[in-house]
Amino acid sequence: MKTVILKLKRFLDGLFEDPLKLVDDVTDSSGLPVVPDQKTGDPIWVDVREIRMRYTIPIKGVHPYIDSLRKGRLAAAKCRSCGKIYFPPQRDCPRCRVSDMEVHYLSPEGELVTWTVINVKPLSFMHHKDYVVGIVRLRDGINVLAWIDIDDPAKLDVGMRMRLVVDKRPDENYITYWFKPA
Amino acid sequence: MRRVAIVGVGISRYGYRSDSNLAELAWEAINEALNDAGAGVEDIDTYIVGNAGVWSSEPLPAVVIGEYAGLQPKNGIRVEAACATGLAATRTGYSLIASGEADVVLVVGVEKMNESTTPQVVELIGRAGNYFWEFENFGLTFPGYYAMYATAYMKRYGATEEDLCMVAVKNHHYASLNPKAHFQKRITVEECMSSRYVAWPIKLYDSSPITDGAAALILASEDVAGKFTDSPVWIKSWGYANGTSNLSRRSDFIGFESTVVASRMAYKRAGIDPDNPVKFFDVVTVHDAFTIAEIIGMGDLGLAKRGEEYKLVREEQTYIGGLIPVNVDGGLKGKGHPIGATGVGMIVDLVKQLQQRADKGRQAPISRGMALAHNVGGTGHYVFTAVLSVDKP
Ligand SMILES: [Zn+2]
Repeated sequence: MKTVILKLKRFLDGLFEDPLKLVDDVTDSSGLPVVPDQKTGDPIWVDVREIRMRYTIPIKGVHPYIDSLRKGRLAAAKCRSCGKIYFPPQRDCPRCRVSDMEVHYLSPEGELVTWTVINVKPLSFMHHKDYVVGIVRLRDGINVLAWIDIDDPAKLDVGMRMRLVVDKRPDENYITYWFKPA
Repeated sequence: MRRVAIVGVGISRYGYRSDSNLAELAWEAINEALNDAGAGVEDIDTYIVGNAGVWSSEPLPAVVIGEYAGLQPKNGIRVEAACATGLAATRTGYSLIASGEADVVLVVGVEKMNESTTPQVVELIGRAGNYFWEFENFGLTFPGYYAMYATAYMKRYGATEEDLCMVAVKNHHYASLNPKAHFQKRITVEECMSSRYVAWPIKLYDSSPITDGAAALILASEDVAGKFTDSPVWIKSWGYANGTSNLSRRSDFIGFESTVVASRMAYKRAGIDPDNPVKFFDVVTVHDAFTIAEIIGMGDLGLAKRGEEYKLVREEQTYIGGLIPVNVDGGLKGKGHPIGATGVGMIVDLVKQLQQRADKGRQAPISRGMALAHNVGGTGHYVFTAVLSVDKP
């Protein structure tokens, strides 16, 4: 259990263990996976087939930009033909209709545009405490969305100076990026 | 292009519907729409199902509903545009008639969200935007996306959390007068203010609920509409636009460019003055997935001056009797937001408003004979606007 991949799997397995155990018992004793709805008492058939989805996402077209994270840099794609900067990076420039991009390292400095605190979390983030997500406009004029590392979100304000950090996220142990006040 | 009339409308009870599966829920709305039109299944040429799905078990909802409703072997397909699925489906049905391909089309929007747990639904809606760049690493949620608009808007224009709550109070008020609505009780600003944060500064009472529900329309060409009714409501014009998938690619967070583009398209096609659209409508729906969405939506639609939308709310100008009645069916906030049904359900209520048969206590005065529906998918990712009229366009 070195990274979030197995940690999250075990966490989610644990989350559903008790409710599924109940359904398992009911199915065993009554012969059917039918339980009363928790709010209304209506009979509910609990699906006996679980679907597990984990996508495998091709990144060949943006590999240099993803790989630059290992060098501690956040990179955009810059069209060699028209100079347009794309972040998130993409392989193709639809304006020029050519696929000739170069790595453009983004400035790590910028200003906070807006933010929120995620209090009610998605299932795959439920192992986290409340986290702050913001959008920062970098010096290049490019907006980047990421977590903001701050002890008290009440200190945040529009225009606040931010600095980008590229590193392994604590606990999850894979490289991503976040902002902290400059 | 042939003109298209709405000759029958139906809507299921919205809410936590553990008593019904997807097809049963759809039928509840279809049956009411057929009765309303005085039509039978045999009158339907083809049908469109608006369903976002994923949280519910049936991957082919159009086929399942077609079989259940006795429509087979008639053709029907699913249309999806996130939370704008309902108006997207209606637009597709409209196009089939306008083009001459069909005379009578059934449009049914339906969603069974409560087949999955709340954390699973939060996950699935949170992924709606750009999954790889904005969810995978950062775990955004649906209220989280809108909260970033709320933060920017409130900081820029001085709106408060109380102002947001006033939208919830209004929409709960009208929901309490709508027997089909998810929430049947009124709330106070104090109750809203003391509800917990789901994505600061958005609180639970600022948020539309996870809802099961269905709504249906019978659309007919101008050639056959008279067979069903003498007083149809006509679809006068459409507008539509998309936003970027990545929120980071947007320039500011005080409104949706997609709503501005979609509404101006619909206004132009309907001959409506884009600088003063309020003068043309008796009643409007503004997509209020969250209270902030109704506020910025009013500015985007040109119903209020940008930055002053919340003042209209403060002055209760969006109640019946005010400048422009907004979401008098309870809105997504009070009536509920069964994703695929929402836009269709807006049309159902606006048709009843224009025909002056809305529920007691929430009938807007009808003098101009026009209404506007505004349905947003995701966080401004898709927008559809429809202008309805009692007069044949
Ligand atoms: Zn280019």
